[in-house]
Amino acid sequence: MTSLTSAPRRVRDAGPSGWLAAPALIFFLAFAVVPLIGVVFLSFTSWNGLGEIKLEGLSSWTTVLTDPVTGNALVVTAKIMFFSFIVQAPVSLLLGVFTAGGQKYRAALAVLYFLPLLLSSAAVAIAFKALLDPNFGLGPGFKLPILTQDWLGNSDLVLFVVVFVIAWQFVPFHTLIYQGGVRQIPTSLYEAAEIDGAGRFRQFWNITLPQLKYTIITSSTLMVVGSLAYFDLIFVLTGGGPGYSTRLLPLHMYLTGFKANDMGAASALGVILIVIGLGLALLLQRLGGKNRNASQLEGA
Amino acid sequence: MKIRKMRSAALAISAAGVALSLAACGSAGPAGSNVSGDSATMWGLTGGNQPVMQKSVDSWNQTNPEKSIKLDFFANDAYKTKVRTAVGAGEGPTFIYGWGGGVLKSYVDSGQVADLSDFVKENPKVKDRYLPSVLKNGEVDGKTYALPNNNVQPVVLYYNKEVFEKVGAQPPKTWDELMALVPKFKDAGIAPFSLGGQSKWPDLMWLEYLVERIGGPEVFANIAANKPGAWSDPAVTEALTKIQELVDAGGFINGFSSIAADSNADQALMYTGKAAMILQGGWIYQGMKKDAPDFVKSGKLGFTTFPAVEGGKGDPANVVGNPSNFWSISAKATDAQKKAALDYVKDGMFTDADTKALIDSGAVPVINGIEDKLAASPDKDFLTFVYGMAKKAPNFTLSWDQALSPAQGDAMLSNLDQIFLKKITPEQFVSTMNATTGK
Repeated sequence: MTSLTSAPRRVRDAGPSGWLAAPALIFFLAFAVVPLIGVVFLSFTSWNGLGEIKLEGLSSWTTVLTDPVTGNALVVTAKIMFFSFIVQAPVSLLLGVFTAGGQKYRAALAVLYFLPLLLSSAAVAIAFKALLDPNFGLGPGFKLPILTQDWLGNSDLVLFVVVFVIAWQFVPFHTLIYQGGVRQIPTSLYEAAEIDGAGRFRQFWNITLPQLKYTIITSSTLMVVGSLAYFDLIFVLTGGGPGYSTRLLPLHMYLTGFKANDMGAASALGVILIVIGLGLALLLQRLGGKNRNASQLEGA
Repeated sequence: MKIRKMRSAALAISAAGVALSLAACGSAGPAGSNVSGDSATMWGLTGGNQPVMQKSVDSWNQTNPEKSIKLDFFANDAYKTKVRTAVGAGEGPTFIYGWGGGVLKSYVDSGQVADLSDFVKENPKVKDRYLPSVLKNGEVDGKTYALPNNNVQPVVLYYNKEVFEKVGAQPPKTWDELMALVPKFKDAGIAPFSLGGQSKWPDLMWLEYLVERIGGPEVFANIAANKPGAWSDPAVTEALTKIQELVDAGGFINGFSSIAADSNADQALMYTGKAAMILQGGWIYQGMKKDAPDFVKSGKLGFTTFPAVEGGKGDPANVVGNPSNFWSISAKATDAQKKAALDYVKDGMFTDADTKALIDSGAVPVINGIEDKLAASPDKDFLTFVYGMAKKAPNFTLSWDQALSPAQGDAMLSNLDQIFLKKITPEQFVSTMNATTGK
């Protein structure tokens, strides 16, 4: 946009002083950098949470890296990440596109879809645990043999049940992101496509999807990096079991630290988690291309 | 660039805001009427004994406002994590609720709990009120660090008499009889045993009793003493094999590994007749009395000791479980808090009213000479059975997960879970556990 009265001002140079960031920087140092250094330090020590902290060199790291449970936790984490992505991404994209329409009933549906996100993870987990109970749950209650499975006690099934419950809770959030993204797409594009004779599917494929590129990247980053942080839901729902079948990395870290009281090993696991999380976030940002953080709106 | 900076600044500020508001929540809430800032603090467990403990502290605070105690309750599993973290951070309560054993030892080793030996010596009436075998569990290296605070809790085999009559069976006296009962109940469409496998510790009661019956108390004594290779005792392998045989035979209820004991779902399966038996601690009687009063009152609840194993070395009168729960006094408490705490232990705990309340709730207090009181209770059958079981036992082994160090206990429960799921063999269990010796 150009001004009609005078030459454009050089807004860029008159930006806020860098000192304005100082308070934020202090908080960032105190609450992010210092604990991070602390965790790295603790990973080279042994501490049972009560007594003295003793420097042990690499012993916690060798414990963690040679423990088959860690490897298993990585596999479980990767599986949950992968499956929850391929379940959530398409569903929330389609729901987002659907609810972006203007009709009243869609607005009502959008509100209904959104409800699960308002519940705390612990409440969701407790509710599903009760519903899926093989003796007192939905299946035996309605005498439906299909629903009467040992959903949470069968090591082959439980991972998919967890993925389903995660999707049930988080699809609404991503739907909301996509709904917002779709509403940002200029309607002129669709009008032009209609004049050219493009059908619904064509419009979705050639306009909606490419225009949603950055929304997809944002949502995927949240899904993938977020799945590194799934903890409360799984902790309450399965406790990581049966056996180790749903013991993913954050839960493994917690149980190592606070059940086995091995803070050194738990810190090493924490460092591994941070590295994986950072790596994934950077990778996904790369996929977004050069202008990933720039606004897509004209003029802004 | 600028935009990005501002964005991270905003993020950091909001993160800090969250942290600050959390910190604000951490400080103590509004104190009770006669509870001051320097009151002794006490953390108890929700569940069976909660009302008794609340009443005891309330009446103490009423008569001793200058030595008041602030009492909070937590759920069992959550408490175990919270208290350790709090004590490690120097924020623990004055009264530390515990089980004795390896966990108590880790508190003692790091100087977190007060040595009560002198207190016990100076107050013979405190010492005399306890059953000696129970009192011993609060000692580390011959010094007293914890005093029993509630009821004796051996692990008991409960059964549903109604279901037993239906199939015409008798409670098992030997392991072979137990195995023979499995197909009988299965044919009748009833699960032989209920089990809260998701909580993991209920699995442990099977291993504890089987090892005890097969090899006697020395097997676990060696393990607890961290003797190298102690897990390799053939009794352990045999016990694990028997467990897997019982799993194979379909002895445990469908979906046992997703049933949590904290929600009492495992007991419910037994008193609703979906399962015939359950191996659980003496502490669940209080819960059943409350949740299924008709079932308990009408005498449908049966209880017996764990069956003998043919050819086993262990005395069938030996028991495993929790001799009691304990109070330790924090070494970090102020002198005023410590004084209030010790005075309560001396005069406020196990008063006649407390003892009566415990008995009324369906529990057996760990104190001497209460036979008459137990016999006068409506629950006298169960209470005298439990009291006799604890008193006559030549050996009372503390629950293994409490007796071992936390690191070993956690590894043991996880691996035992794998045994019940048949993911590992007894041999794998033994070699994994041998590797944790001394940790």
